[in-house]
Amino acid sequence: MPPLDPVILFFLFGLVAGLLRSELKLPGALYDSLSIFLLLAIGLKGGQGLATQPLAPLLPQVGAVVLLGVAQTLLAFAALRALLRFDRPNAAATAAHYGSVSVATYAVASAWLAARAIPVEPQMAVLLAVMEVPAILVGIALARGVSRDTDWAALSHEAFLGKGVTLLLGGMAIGWAAGPGGLQPISVLFVDLFKGVLALFLLEMGLIVSRQMGELRRRGVALVAFGVTMPLLSAVLGAATGVGLGLSVGGTTVLATLAASASYIAVPAAMRIAVPQANPALSLAGALGVTFPFNLIVGIPLYHRLAAWMLQSHP
Amino acid sequence: MTTPVTTDKRTLLTVFAEAALEPLLVADMDRLGIRGYTISDARGKGGRGVRDASWDESRNLRLEIICARAQAEAFLQHLQARYYAHYAMVAFLSEVEVLRPDKF
Repeated sequence: MPPLDPVILFFLFGLVAGLLRSELKLPGALYDSLSIFLLLAIGLKGGQGLATQPLAPLLPQVGAVVLLGVAQTLLAFAALRALLRFDRPNAAATAAHYGSVSVATYAVASAWLAARAIPVEPQMAVLLAVMEVPAILVGIALARGVSRDTDWAALSHEAFLGKGVTLLLGGMAIGWAAGPGGLQPISVLFVDLFKGVLALFLLEMGLIVSRQMGELRRRGVALVAFGVTMPLLSAVLGAATGVGLGLSVGGTTVLATLAASASYIAVPAAMRIAVPQANPALSLAGALGVTFPFNLIVGIPLYHRLAAWMLQSHP
Repeated sequence: MTTPVTTDKRTLLTVFAEAALEPLLVADMDRLGIRGYTISDARGKGGRGVRDASWDESRNLRLEIICARAQAEAFLQHLQARYYAHYAMVAFLSEVEVLRPDKF
C-alpha cells in the first residue's frame, strides 16, 4: 500500500488531536483565509485552462451536471425519508448537502491526480462552481414546497452569490482574462503553495470533523450507513455522466468525486436561513463526520478505479 | 470640583445568536427603523452545545441596541416570534444611562 499523501496525514492529525481534546485550535480567521485562498486558486487554475480552448462545448456539460445535482438531491431525499425516517425539513436539508459539492474534496482529488500525473480537463472548476447551486434550490423546494410565498429572488441571490461561487467564478474570470502567461507572476502564491495551504486547511477540517462525533454517536449506525452509501451511489452517477460527456479518466474521476462529495460551506449557510426547522448538526454529522473523511481516504482512489473501469468497458 | 453628569434613561437590548442570522437581523432593524446598533463576534455554550467560532457554522454574534423602551420591546417581541423556535438565540433588556439622549 502506498504511503498516505501528506495532506491526508494533516487531516488525520487534526482529527486525532480533536478526538483527544487537545488544546490545539486554529484561529477562525485562518479557516476563512485558507478557504478563500483555495477557492481562488482553483478558480484561477480552471480559468487559465479555459483560456486555451473554445467555451461553446461547455454548455452541454454544464446542463448535464445541473441535472446530476438535481437527481442526487432527489435520490438522497427519497432515501432519507423512506429508509432513515427523517422528517421533511431534515431530509430536504441533508439531501441538499449531498446534492451539492465539497471544495476541499475536489482539491484533494485534484492533488491526488496531479501526484500521479493524470491529466484533468480544465473545465472541472466550472463544473465545481455550477454543482454548488442546484441542490440548494431543490432542497429548499423540497422542504417548503414551491407554491408557498417563497422569496426566490433572495434565495437565488444567496445561492448564486454565496462566498464559494463568487470566489470560484471571480478566480476563473481572472484566470481566463490573464491566461497562463499573465498568471505567471502570481503562480508562486496560487500554484506552488497550493498543496501546503491545502494541508493546513485539512488540519482545521480534521479538528472540525472531530467535533461531529458526539452528534454521530447519538444518531447511530443509520446515518453512518447513509454517509457511506450515498457517496458510492452518487459516484456511479457522476462517473456515468463523465463517460457520457466524453471526459478523460482524470475528468471522470473528478466528476465522480464531485458527485460523491457533500457540501459544508454553501449549503449549511443557505439551509440555516431557508429551512430553519432543520437541525444543522444532523446534516453536518453526515456530510462532515462520515462522508468527507470517507471520500478523502477511501473514495478518491476508488472513484479513479471506477472511472478507469467504466472507460475501459465503454470506450 | 467636577460638574455633575446629567444622564437620561434608555433601554439596552442585547442579543446573542448564531452568526448566520446577521443579514436577517440587519434587515429587520432597518425595517423597524432602529437607527444604530453594534454587532460583535461571540462564542460560548448553551442549549445547542459549544459554539466555539472555529468555522462558519459555529460562530455566534452579540448584537447591542440602545433605544427607547417601546422600540426595544417591539424588537424583542419580533425576535421571539420570528427566531426563538428554531435558532440559537438569547435576548434581554436592561436599563442604561446615556449622555446625548437625542442620539438614541
